[in-house]
Amino acid sequence: MSALFIARVVGKIVATRKDERLEGVKLLIIEPLKRDGTPCGKPLIAVDSVGAGAGEVVHAVKGREASFPLPRPGAPVDVAIVGIVDHMYLDPGSGEGRLGN
Amino acid sequence: MVIGRVVGSVVATQKNASFVGSKMLLVQPLDLDGSDYGQEILAIDTQDAGPGDIVLVVSEGNSARQAMGRGDAPIDSVIIGVVDTIDVVRVSRHCEGR
Repeated sequence: MSALFIARVVGKIVATRKDERLEGVKLLIIEPLKRDGTPCGKPLIAVDSVGAGAGEVVHAVKGREASFPLPRPGAPVDVAIVGIVDHMYLDPGSGEGRLGN
Repeated sequence: MVIGRVVGSVVATQKNASFVGSKMLLVQPLDLDGSDYGQEILAIDTQDAGPGDIVLVVSEGNSARQAMGRGDAPIDSVIIGVVDTIDVVRVSRHCEGR
């Protein structure tokens, strides 16, 4: 999976016992999407840095960069939601569908 | 991060020095419908998880070392949370994972 990808928020996690650098951080369940909006890939747990909600299409970053948007440096995370997709247009001939909220 | 269930633990007396004092747990990744998927992960426990607990596992080297507080540890998976509740809005069929 590439470092930056499109996904849909499909749920949330509550975990009171966790690394203290994740205090107050929202944990959402996201499902990676293909360009036509169909789910593709296993669900991932992402930290939310933009106020995303259930059902919304977002773009997320995977890897070390996922900790950068969080208030406390060095938080142990590997997936973060970094934006909410308004629209995504496909080039003609690269498939149907218009993805967005 | 992924969700998983603690299914075992691993003891190794002869190991890299940075593992000394750390608990190594075997975690089976779970899909949102609770079914197992993929291979078990061996993760360092930092949240005192126990057998059968549903946990959060981060699998990224730098994050794992941060969670463990050991910048030199040769690891990439750490348990960083024990899950209380999982609320799923919808579960859909998905193609082969990436």
